[in-house]
Amino acid sequence: MGKYVIELKDIRRDFIVGDETVHALRGVSFAISEGEFVTIMGTSGSGKSTLLNILGCLDTPSSGEYLLDGIPVKSMSKSQRAILRNRKIGFVFQNYNLLAKTTAAENVELPLMYNPDIGSSERRRRAEEALIAVGLEDRMEHKSNQMSGGQMQRVAIARALVNNPAVILADEATGNLDTRTSYEILMLFQKLHREGRTIIFVTHNPDISNYSSRNIRLRDGHIIEDAVNGNVLSAEETYRTLPKDEDD
Amino acid sequence: MNWTNLFKISLKALSNNKMRAFLTMLGIIIGVAAVITMIALGQGTKQSIQKEISDMGSNIIMVHPGGDRRGGVRMDPSEMQTLKVQNYEALKDECMFLAGISPYATASGQLVCGNNNYPSSVTGTDIDYITIRQLSIEDGSMFTEADIRSSAKVCVIGKTIVDNLFPDTDDPIGKVIRFNQVPLKVIGVLESKGYNSMGMDQDDIVLAPYTTVMKRMLAVTHFNGIFASAITEDMTVLATEEIRTILRREHRLKDGEEDDFMIRSQQELSDMMDMTTNLLTTLLACIAGISLLVGGIGIMNIMYVSVTERTKEIGLRMSVGARGIDIMTQFLIEAVLISVTGGIIGIILGCSACMAMKFLAHWPVYIMMSSVILSFTVCTVIGIFFGWYPARKAANLDPIDALRYE
Repeated sequence: MGKYVIELKDIRRDFIVGDETVHALRGVSFAISEGEFVTIMGTSGSGKSTLLNILGCLDTPSSGEYLLDGIPVKSMSKSQRAILRNRKIGFVFQNYNLLAKTTAAENVELPLMYNPDIGSSERRRRAEEALIAVGLEDRMEHKSNQMSGGQMQRVAIARALVNNPAVILADEATGNLDTRTSYEILMLFQKLHREGRTIIFVTHNPDISNYSSRNIRLRDGHIIEDAVNGNVLSAEETYRTLPKDEDD
Repeated sequence: MNWTNLFKISLKALSNNKMRAFLTMLGIIIGVAAVITMIALGQGTKQSIQKEISDMGSNIIMVHPGGDRRGGVRMDPSEMQTLKVQNYEALKDECMFLAGISPYATASGQLVCGNNNYPSSVTGTDIDYITIRQLSIEDGSMFTEADIRSSAKVCVIGKTIVDNLFPDTDDPIGKVIRFNQVPLKVIGVLESKGYNSMGMDQDDIVLAPYTTVMKRMLAVTHFNGIFASAITEDMTVLATEEIRTILRREHRLKDGEEDDFMIRSQQELSDMMDMTTNLLTTLLACIAGISLLVGGIGIMNIMYVSVTERTKEIGLRMSVGARGIDIMTQFLIEAVLISVTGGIIGIILGCSACMAMKFLAHWPVYIMMSSVILSFTVCTVIGIFFGWYPARKAANLDPIDALRYE
């Protein structure tokens, strides 16, 4: 394994709700190396959303140390974290979060719009590359309302790829999709994994864990399982076995 | 910060909501157009009044007999007989700041010529009268010093008189008209001046030597008043003072006694008119300014709605690396774009409306460059001011909450 992309040391996160203190994370520690495909699973209330927010630098831990690509995040200001997100992280959301009335290419360009080092031609070129990488080379000028759910999620993945991030964070990325499309997206994630991308996939769906290289299971703010998947299934093979009539 | 990109983002956001952006702009458009039109109208009125006054003769000083008390009863000033021929002659001889001076005495009655007649009045004046009042002779000539000395029965008439007494001929020179049994030979016709701003016909005029009017028609030794003109407008005050000193001496008034005459200069009239029209302009500008303010509040309202409606978009932008300041700048640019575009359209609309009023309705309008610049500046300021709070609200959103917002 290569160097660590993510290192968590005894991460705790408390929320104060009224008079009570809710302990969402109670000392979580793990490290993720470059090129891993990690599934973080857990039921609702297990703290996986809180963990995702911390991993994505949207939130900071109450205590503990978080290093993203070797950079300590905890002491950073809001705008420093914004810049860090811009350069190091690609988000993929359950509900795609594409900009309305905006073309696929423009949606993918969005993260680069906030990077002053990248000019408009470079931005366009990289957006096109990312769209080709997710198989949407013929959908670049389609607006978000002219695409299917699977296509929209591909655009969102392309958007997560375009800044060449250290880690891709997927939050229930297949949650809104039908089974066939879900496997298409999983195939895409596996392809990206083979190309050497680091992917963290947060989900409550245990099936996904069969297709990732490592699984972390959370319950009540603790890690209850952290295991390497010895038998990674191919999403492509599963996809072939799916009945065709589910196709739209 | 990358301004070009933020500008592009804002432009895109606005173009995604064209109708709303336009309706928001409408408030500003109407406000700016109103400000420009109202100020142009006010200034136009002011200038046309100023021109009217300077057409009457900008340095004119008018002396009238003052009201007096007789046994506690305040008398009508026109009844007073305090301005005498010798007063006039003293003024004429002694005043140094005057370019011209002329008394006037008016006799009313019916003018008759052949079987035409017309009710008017004859004004007895000195020869300076036409220069003081900025009249000019179109045809024939003005009467002379000799005519005044001899109380000659001659007159100079205006266009209205010509039209009414000589409907059939173009050339009334040399014809004789009768006024209250006194025959007057027409020796000149005045150039037409039209109506003045008070709606008075300035061509309904018959001028005769003041001696003729006073001796032959009225049989009096006092004037209705004296007109004079200062050498320049700046000397009006000095000339007024000079006239006052001489008249007080002539009337043997002691120190502390009130003047028994009144001196009015066009300067006063012009100042008064200026004040009135400035007040009018300010009033109009205030009303228009309020509509601009309402337009600004419209922007704020829409920007607030927009921030709420686009909460999720803001969350996404933050998650892909937009800083608070980027979001804030984006919304500020949107607000300023709306207000400035609205401002430009408003300026064009306002100027067009002014032109339309000028050429179609013939209203006096004068577009002031300063009002255009002012309203444009105000627009930008309004955009920033009313865009500030919604933009700050957007920038302060928590990305986690914003992303989860439904």
